[in-house]
Amino acid sequence: MKRMITIACLLAGAVLLAGCPKKATTVQPPTAGSQVGESSNTSPSGGASTSGSDLGGDNGANARGEVGDATGPLARKVIYFDFDKSEIKPEYAGIVKASAQTLTERPGLKVKLEGNTDQRGTREYNIGLGERRAQAVRRALMLQGVAEKQVTTVSFGSERPAADGDDESAWSRNRRVELVYLQ
Amino acid sequence: MNRPLVLLAMIGLVLVCPRSWAELVVEVTKGQDDAIPIAIVPFNSPTEAAASFDVAQLVSDDLARSGRFKSMARQDMIETPHVGASIGFDDWRRLNNDYIVVGQLQSDSADHYNIVFELYNVLTRQRLLGYQISANKAGLRLASHQVADMVFQKILGIRGAFATRVAYVSVLGHLPNKSYQLVVADADGMNPRVVMQSNEPLMSPSWSPDGQSLAYVSFEGRLPTVYVQELKSGERRRVSARAGVNQAPAWSPDGKKLALTLSTRDGNLDIYTLDLASQALTRITDDPGIDTEPQWSNDGRSLYFTSDRAGGPQIYRVGIQPGDKPRRLTFQNAYNARPRLSPDESQLAFVTQEEGAYRIATLDLRGRGDVQVLTKGHFDVSPSYAPNGAEIIYATRDRGRGVLALVSADGRVQERLVSSEGEVQEPAWSPW
Repeated sequence: MKRMITIACLLAGAVLLAGCPKKATTVQPPTAGSQVGESSNTSPSGGASTSGSDLGGDNGANARGEVGDATGPLARKVIYFDFDKSEIKPEYAGIVKASAQTLTERPGLKVKLEGNTDQRGTREYNIGLGERRAQAVRRALMLQGVAEKQVTTVSFGSERPAADGDDESAWSRNRRVELVYLQ
Repeated sequence: MNRPLVLLAMIGLVLVCPRSWAELVVEVTKGQDDAIPIAIVPFNSPTEAAASFDVAQLVSDDLARSGRFKSMARQDMIETPHVGASIGFDDWRRLNNDYIVVGQLQSDSADHYNIVFELYNVLTRQRLLGYQISANKAGLRLASHQVADMVFQKILGIRGAFATRVAYVSVLGHLPNKSYQLVVADADGMNPRVVMQSNEPLMSPSWSPDGQSLAYVSFEGRLPTVYVQELKSGERRRVSARAGVNQAPAWSPDGKKLALTLSTRDGNLDIYTLDLASQALTRITDDPGIDTEPQWSNDGRSLYFTSDRAGGPQIYRVGIQPGDKPRRLTFQNAYNARPRLSPDESQLAFVTQEEGAYRIATLDLRGRGDVQVLTKGHFDVSPSYAPNGAEIIYATRDRGRGVLALVSADGRVQERLVSSEGEVQEPAWSPW
């Protein structure tokens, strides 16, 4: 029922705001998270630099981390993929392991895996490829003990690029799965 | 697990805007060498109200845009007849015209206009058409496109598609603040109207066979949902918001069902049909690969679709009756996807990969199954046939920007539709 209300609100928002072009807002994303690919440490070549290595750190009250905290263990993580591949590369094993640990320690926590592809190819087939990547991360998390009900997936295909541009430097940042924690 | 299905959202008229600001301008990039020379003489407009609208220019532009006609420039015309009786055929023949259109735009009351026009064969001096079309001021563009349709059909024997519409997705702004609009414009790119706007992606518009509604995917709430929206009222209905993927809606020829792509919990995409009245769902494909991008045959008994069950994506056809086995149709190239059937079912348009580029190709369905690659771009996707089958509109990229382009079904004529603002993608040509 709660979901029905949420949907009704979203639709009501659309009624009010889906007006003419100059009124920008129609539907706000539920989280205020900024684009992950834009931050400095998340370039694919940076590899595991985005891993949850600060897990277990001694920064006091923040050690457990909160959803929406951009630097804590529950910050968004990104795993990048090779062209036309959905295998998780070894350099991202750290992210998977740390995320699995966080999730198994906190069974009430949920994670949404957002699968994305680069801009090449057909849009709907890319939705399938993005889903395949999200599922690869889901399986990896479940193999490390994360409960099925803690994980959801969504595929944006090539619809939500982290970087614009018709070259490999943009494409490599777009072939990704973002791990988004939900309380 | 499934979210509730039939949630009728009575979204009011505000969803439909009178017009957007970014019109698409057509540039012919490759014309046909043997284009037919025709003169569309400026129409006589006795009243001031009528003089503000140029019927002849619009007809002339439509015909030239088709690539099959060469419209005579006005400055080359030596006289401006408005009725057949005053055409000096010898002069028009000397100026190498095969055909001539003359006419008047009459206005007999505040908001009532008559377009009166005649088409002549310059060589035989035969009157091929003589018609009168009534319209109010708002309807003059449509009426003028209808004049172009009639001329096109009389001379070529192919029904014109100038008086149709195109839906597309327009993306405005820059990362991370992009906004998405679903737009419906006239087939010449003019008169764009925003029918839906969101800060999350919109994709895959599909026309209902009666041209009254669009089905599309919206990611509002960061989850994919298939909506059906009636264009006139703006009334929007959520038809699929199941757990996982809800994608690629395609309307059945009778307008009663959608084919669409859904996923299981472990992310296996398969094609289903959804009865819009009863909400009954029928699974059509069952394979561990990605099955998506369905498109109906005209008799509503089979679906063309993309599947990577054999490795890379290829195009298949399957009957919708239980137990039918999919049959693979494409074998040339490692990537063939997103089939669209020509209106007469003689060919499929799809996206193929060759030399590392994505291009629009056609597959002959009647003869020997020949494949013809029609375009030369690097990122050509989303082909959609005009309802007369003569042209295919598709999405491409031009200097880092998404734009739309047109190619004739035989590849001889190519055009680009340039928007003044933002990116344009996923065109869907309306039915008649």
